[in-house]
Amino acid sequence: MEERIDFYPTHELEGVRFRRGRPLPFGATVVPNGVNFSIFSSAADSCTLVLFRKHEPEPFIEIEFPREFRIGDVYSMIVFDLDYEDLEYGYRLSGPWNPEAGHRFSKSKILCDPYAKVLGGRDVWRAQPDWNDVYQHRARLSFDDFDWEGDTALEIPTKDLIIYEAHVRGFTADPSSKVSAPGTFAGLREKIPYLKSLGINCIELLPIYEFDEWENNRLHPETGELLLNYWGYSTVGFFAPKAGYAATGALGMQVDELKNLVKELHRAGIEVMLDVVFNHTAEGDQRGPYISYRGIDNRTYYILTPEGYYYNFSGCGNTLNCNHPVVRNMVLDCLRYWASEYHIDGFRFDLASILGRDQNGAPLSNPPLLESLAYDPVLSKCKLIAEAWDAGGLYQVGSFPAYGRWAEWNGKYRDSIRRFVKGDEGLTGDMAQRLQGSPDLYWYRGPSASLNFVTCHDGFTLRDLVSYNGKHNEANGEWNNDGSDDNHSWNCGWEGESTDPEVNALRHRQMKNLATLLFLSRGVPMLLMGDEVGRSQGGNNNSYCHDNALSWLDWDLVEKETDLLRFFSMLLKFRHDHPVLRGSRFFEHRDYVGSGNPDIAFHGTRLHQPDWGGKCLAFRLCGKHATPQDEDIYVAINMFWDGLPFQLPRPPEGNHWRVAVNTSMASPEDIFDRGGGPQVNSAEVIVGGRSIIVLVG
Amino acid sequence: MALDIESRSDANGAHISLAGELDGSTAPRLRETVDKILSGKPPQLVLDLEKLSFMASAGLRIIIFAKQKQPALKIYLVKPQPAIVDTLHKTGFYDGVYIVDAEPAGA
Repeated sequence: MEERIDFYPTHELEGVRFRRGRPLPFGATVVPNGVNFSIFSSAADSCTLVLFRKHEPEPFIEIEFPREFRIGDVYSMIVFDLDYEDLEYGYRLSGPWNPEAGHRFSKSKILCDPYAKVLGGRDVWRAQPDWNDVYQHRARLSFDDFDWEGDTALEIPTKDLIIYEAHVRGFTADPSSKVSAPGTFAGLREKIPYLKSLGINCIELLPIYEFDEWENNRLHPETGELLLNYWGYSTVGFFAPKAGYAATGALGMQVDELKNLVKELHRAGIEVMLDVVFNHTAEGDQRGPYISYRGIDNRTYYILTPEGYYYNFSGCGNTLNCNHPVVRNMVLDCLRYWASEYHIDGFRFDLASILGRDQNGAPLSNPPLLESLAYDPVLSKCKLIAEAWDAGGLYQVGSFPAYGRWAEWNGKYRDSIRRFVKGDEGLTGDMAQRLQGSPDLYWYRGPSASLNFVTCHDGFTLRDLVSYNGKHNEANGEWNNDGSDDNHSWNCGWEGESTDPEVNALRHRQMKNLATLLFLSRGVPMLLMGDEVGRSQGGNNNSYCHDNALSWLDWDLVEKETDLLRFFSMLLKFRHDHPVLRGSRFFEHRDYVGSGNPDIAFHGTRLHQPDWGGKCLAFRLCGKHATPQDEDIYVAINMFWDGLPFQLPRPPEGNHWRVAVNTSMASPEDIFDRGGGPQVNSAEVIVGGRSIIVLVG
Repeated sequence: MALDIESRSDANGAHISLAGELDGSTAPRLRETVDKILSGKPPQLVLDLEKLSFMASAGLRIIIFAKQKQPALKIYLVKPQPAIVDTLHKTGFYDGVYIVDAEPAGA
């Protein structure tokens, strides 16, 4: 290949050779013999590239971008003869100090590249940082090449997904996990067989890009325990995977380790979804640190008040200005990067309503960012899931600008199912909607728009939902003021741990009831890490700061809670085995295939008489309406405290009803393999108090 | 940050001994050596790593490079230090190579 005429040095400073670069792509890109650095700033007077050798406190050179290297608002330069593994780089930008106009330039700060693909500075989780370091989060170069060995996108239809929400570190950090690299991507990889046998086909990871676990670190006022930023909802580097989550992070190999994890998950038939946080950054408000954006182009990247303060729609100090065209492009570049370089299958957007606010914070009906995302060519097969609210009062469940592509975390599902199962009155109508995939909210979309969940990282675990009436977050050091008060939980007769066998049996049953309803509902079910083995956080419903056994998964539970785990795995298999549960359209409540039964019919304890004000509900799904055709399923739900007889509809011609699930029974009679349960020949069945029976015929 | 490379080829295959550190600054030399050796299409490539104290991204990529150039090539790593074996495991490069205690006899 002929050598190009523009990859040789033209300038030199203190022995370092460089030349003008190419404005695109942004960030640091390896080119023949050198590295192309490119950064945007609309208001800087000048920009200087600062280069370090890894870990060294002082840079070895600072090169100001000559005027002729700037095109538009983009500064670019190619630097030659660099050791790619040893390099750390940053920028100094000088410009106006005029906060009211949105400018907070500070020449004394070294700023991180927004497009940095690898960061240094937090290489090992929880290693004490050097607080004197002038440049805490250091951009590095990435070795992007990787052998994917033919990895092909699984493209599992959204309606068939069963999502498992997990924290990378929390999943294997506990010594009981017995993995060789606890709390890391490599550790997670060792547990893939467990995930496969559980039956999930998609894992959603809490934030895995660079964040600072030391942010807001403090000692608990009473216990003296160190509290950290454990969950990571505070982005430092959007394009960089967290080194502290990699066993090889100290060697700078987190990129390879994460890609390898994705490759192995795909081999096991499991998609990977990332929780992404574009609503704010770790820089906080005007009192926060200078990490990157504030010193590069504050007025572009943040939504500012007319006085120059930071709007706080995120509840975390600042709000990213997502619908500014430059920021919008950054978000798109970022997601495309994860999708194409890391083969990520989907994204869950934290506080997604912020992505629909304009540059003054007002909600948009046709937000450019959300529209671009929905139609992006690279992201076209990625699942897009929105947490469709923010901390500024914009609640958009059912009204999020979806362009036919987005699904939503259905907060109404969570609340309805919790209240119904705990025995609240008047919720059967609501439950009927939620079981069908919430047509009241998504009539224009279909059930796959509804991400159904009972629990997630925010709030109680499933076990705590049935063990506590109120939150117990004293360990967070905020006098139990933090965390939601709207838990719709019920402790089954005793607050907290109990030795009473009846209380524990009821809790067990309630967990199974919630799980059964979740996995029988149309829509996309999501399971919280550890719920399948009854993980407890001792009643703490906001464990964001606990890097300890409180939030970690205790793998001893896998041995202790065998019947709960068995129940969950068989329930997930039940969902996989029955397409009638996973239809892509809403039920029509009529017989449109001539089977003799409508696609869905609701009942109560008496046929065709649902008790819309009470605590019982039953329904029958006709399998002949499913694609491919399926058996019929009848579900009787009794949330009254005592047993009740339910009149049974006639099974399909020539068939008998068989029990598939009966949550009032102890294991192994609580759930059966296909065709393995007892036949029901009577015209009615007694459903135990606070129990669910599922029949298949 | 120095790397000593000794290489030879015989009927059994190619043999490279490394001592020191294989990092971003020393990797290009090894890459040239591997490139030259592969032009002889050896049936196997034996890397003696007993005296190699460091290998990360740049070094591991040379192994991948060798496999891609010659997919049927058997690559043996002789007595790699535990830290290096660990890295191979955690980043998934492990499956592509044979870790051995002694130089294998020819195929």
